[in-house]
Amino acid sequence: MAEREQKKVAPDREEVQQSDLPAPSASSEQLKSDMDDLLDEIDEVLETNAEDFVKSYIQKGGQ
Amino acid sequence: MPVPKTLGIETEYGIVLRGTDDPQPILASSLLINAYLADRDDGGPSQRVSWDFEDESPAQDQRGETPLHALAPEIETHLVNAVLTNGARYYVDHAHPEYSSPECADARSVVVHDRAGEEILIRSMKAANDVLNNGQEIVVYKNNSDGKGNSYGCHENYLMDRATPFGQIVQHGITHFISRQIFTGSGKVGTELPGCSRDEVDFQITQRADFFEEPVGLETTLKRPIINTRDEPHADARKYRRLHVIAGDANMSEVATYLKVGTTAIVLAMVEQNAISRPLNFADPVRAMQQISLDLSLKRTVELEDGTRVRATEIQRGLFEDAQAFIEAHGVDDVGGPVALDVMSRWEHTLDALETDPMKLSTTLDWVAKYRLFDAYRERHDLAWDDARLAAMDIQYHDMRPGRGLAKKIGLEEIVTEAEVAEAMTVPPSDTRAFFRGECLRKWPTDVVAANWDSIVFDVGTDPLRRIPMMEPTKGTRDHVGSVLEECSTPLELLERLSG
Repeated sequence: MAEREQKKVAPDREEVQQSDLPAPSASSEQLKSDMDDLLDEIDEVLETNAEDFVKSYIQKGGQ
Repeated sequence: MPVPKTLGIETEYGIVLRGTDDPQPILASSLLINAYLADRDDGGPSQRVSWDFEDESPAQDQRGETPLHALAPEIETHLVNAVLTNGARYYVDHAHPEYSSPECADARSVVVHDRAGEEILIRSMKAANDVLNNGQEIVVYKNNSDGKGNSYGCHENYLMDRATPFGQIVQHGITHFISRQIFTGSGKVGTELPGCSRDEVDFQITQRADFFEEPVGLETTLKRPIINTRDEPHADARKYRRLHVIAGDANMSEVATYLKVGTTAIVLAMVEQNAISRPLNFADPVRAMQQISLDLSLKRTVELEDGTRVRATEIQRGLFEDAQAFIEAHGVDDVGGPVALDVMSRWEHTLDALETDPMKLSTTLDWVAKYRLFDAYRERHDLAWDDARLAAMDIQYHDMRPGRGLAKKIGLEEIVTEAEVAEAMTVPPSDTRAFFRGECLRKWPTDVVAANWDSIVFDVGTDPLRRIPMMEPTKGTRDHVGSVLEECSTPLELLERLSG
């Protein structure tokens, strides 16, 4: 139960059009190198088969 | 009349049982919570104290009527349902484990108890996984969407004056709830708006905005309203309302939770005192909520009923300036004391940055932190926004497993200490009625037969069971009852003292 039962109403195109994505602020070299280390780490912990993992992540609707 | 803003937060966690084709979320949620209850050593009841459903009325409507069609087909599904010595409720709701914090007196206390809830979920996972075999594993996620159109909530509750006209709460509540998204959003890849395909949007500010369909209503599981009208005060109904807020995201960032509940407590106190200088009526509140969530530049405007347009940052700046004048005139006693002054300072700093360079907030706001991380990852691997790896990272940002959750790796600012959080796993706040509930459970675990938000039931050995009502959320504090509780050695003594 409690699966979503929204009425299907297509929103205006204008509404879902992506607004200008912000550019990451001019970050210092230190920040950039911290981010590099973090991205390395993410490669290590990211679910090995991202596609299957995303497909299998299904939740029952709640409140 | 201003009413002290007693407040709390409740989170439904996403849950996955890995290593099986049949995930059975209700069973997994029950197993998770039962494993915690069996494992804990908080001095609490060895036999589980269950929730008391007497007087619960989630279908009662603030607008004074309960339209039959508005009743959710399933109001609550109650399975495992426990009260903890920290005054919290830990239970299975729908197909999710849910943790409801005890009543708190200020925003900082809410953050401490929200974090304690996270630690309880982490410990529950460990306890459950110790008893699971066959390579199965339970994993919980503090998010609000599965990316496939299914949502589950993180709700806030605020004590309000019954005399405040509900229409005022609706008008200003909508204004705040749709504009505060710019700092409360947890960020999401794609869209789940009906009629859209997911990849029509790269990234948006909130997890939750896609799921709202009405400005005002009683529902929580479908046709979700920005203002929920559930009228179940869990307190003296002649004096109080409880505003049940379902429009927020679950936050990984402590600062985001702090700002979410801290600013809302102040705004609601202003509503009670008629202190908001510019009442806004939106042409289409639900659409405005979704437009704000989709606009990462924070430069777009939403339409008001009179045809003029306004930015979310302008709305928030207006509320902030009103709050400054309000606190100048009324002080902070009813909005969290000195904590409210710190909330004001962070609110101002956050708005300054959102107006100039939102990316500066990558250590305090979830949506900014997530966006910055995902954008860097996307650039490094030359990925499109709809790549499955980004969708996986979106789920993993909220993964509660130590070492796996991305949010815990990115250096989000912490505003409460580990020691405070560890203590709050078993010890209630001292400054609300949660103190009385939690202390009774700790002291007389085998004599309490049931408890809920506004009463506690003792078995004193002779019929009948004795119920102690707690209809005043600001009473039952350590100051009020600490010495009485210390002096009484049995519940019977306590009952005699309280009735004498």
